[in-house]
Amino acid sequence: MGVLENRFKDNIIVASLDKFLGWARSTSPWYFQFGLACCAIEMMASAASRHDLERIGMMPRSSPRQADVMIVAGTVTMKMALRVKKLYEQMADPKYVISMGSCATSGGPYWQHGYHVLKGVDLVVPVDVYVPGCPPRPEALIEGLLKLQEKIQTERPLTRKTA
Amino acid sequence: MTPAEIKTAIESQFPGSVLENEDLAENQVELKGEQWLEMATFLKNDPNLCFDQLECITGIDTGEAGPLQTRYNFHSMEHRHKIEVVISHDRENPKVASIEQLWRIGDWFERETYDMFGIVYEGHRDLRRILCPDDWEGWPLRKDYEGQEDYHGIVVPKIKEEEEWE
Ligand code: SF4
Repeated sequence: MGVLENRFKDNIIVASLDKFLGWARSTSPWYFQFGLACCAIEMMASAASRHDLERIGMMPRSSPRQADVMIVAGTVTMKMALRVKKLYEQMADPKYVISMGSCATSGGPYWQHGYHVLKGVDLVVPVDVYVPGCPPRPEALIEGLLKLQEKIQTERPLTRKTA
Repeated sequence: MTPAEIKTAIESQFPGSVLENEDLAENQVELKGEQWLEMATFLKNDPNLCFDQLECITGIDTGEAGPLQTRYNFHSMEHRHKIEVVISHDRENPKVASIEQLWRIGDWFERETYDMFGIVYEGHRDLRRILCPDDWEGWPLRKDYEGQEDYHGIVVPKIKEEEEWE
């Protein structure tokens, strides 16, 4: 069964542990399943069968404790901003944030008159990847996620970071 | 019943309660606020009116000089007639009786109007903000509303109208 059958002998791979960890982390970034506005519909579409995020190892988790990536999909109101921050703080390291759509990035259509809209989620949590669009198509979100995976891959979790 | 007949019915039960207002359409009626609870009870229970459905409660700010208004949309499923009731409030101290216990949906409608316009519904059992956070300042849909500049340390940047976009 399968293409691997009888092609190789049982073998040993030598790799750098740092890179190996990066590879393992980047290929299974489970995302936190919550949506804030219309962008969430596109996020759901990305996860559904046509675009199928599980192809790239992304699985929705309903608890911040189990999630690695937070996709901020939609308009962040001031009321929600405090909660987004709290949820981010509850996530376990390593954690990443994707700002999806112009609302999460800059306030979007509510930039000028939205008295209660947070003008960019980066005011409350650090953002790794910004995905532009209103709403971004699933392809755009997937590109953002692949960018994030590249970024995770280049991290060296074993190397101590000095400021 | 036509809106005119409904007005007559209210007027004969509560003399002097129907106010003249030329800005209103035919199916709208402005009432005095003092006896509102009794009038609402009448609207609901009178067999000829029988407004069993409260469709909506809206607030309106009529501008600097004008009053704040609450507007109620009533519908009778029994008789299939409708009316919109307008009640004006003093801008400094806007308040009116709550009808939340007559039509239960009025609970959230009144909370929303309170949240956006600061109109106090007296007798409402749980009058809190419903959309804005509890510690929000000001009444957002009033014409003279100035957005607050920070909320729990989060800056709300002020974007000046037009000048940045010319
Ligand atoms: S960016 Fe556009 S689609 Fe996304 S939440 Fe904002 S308004 Fe909705």
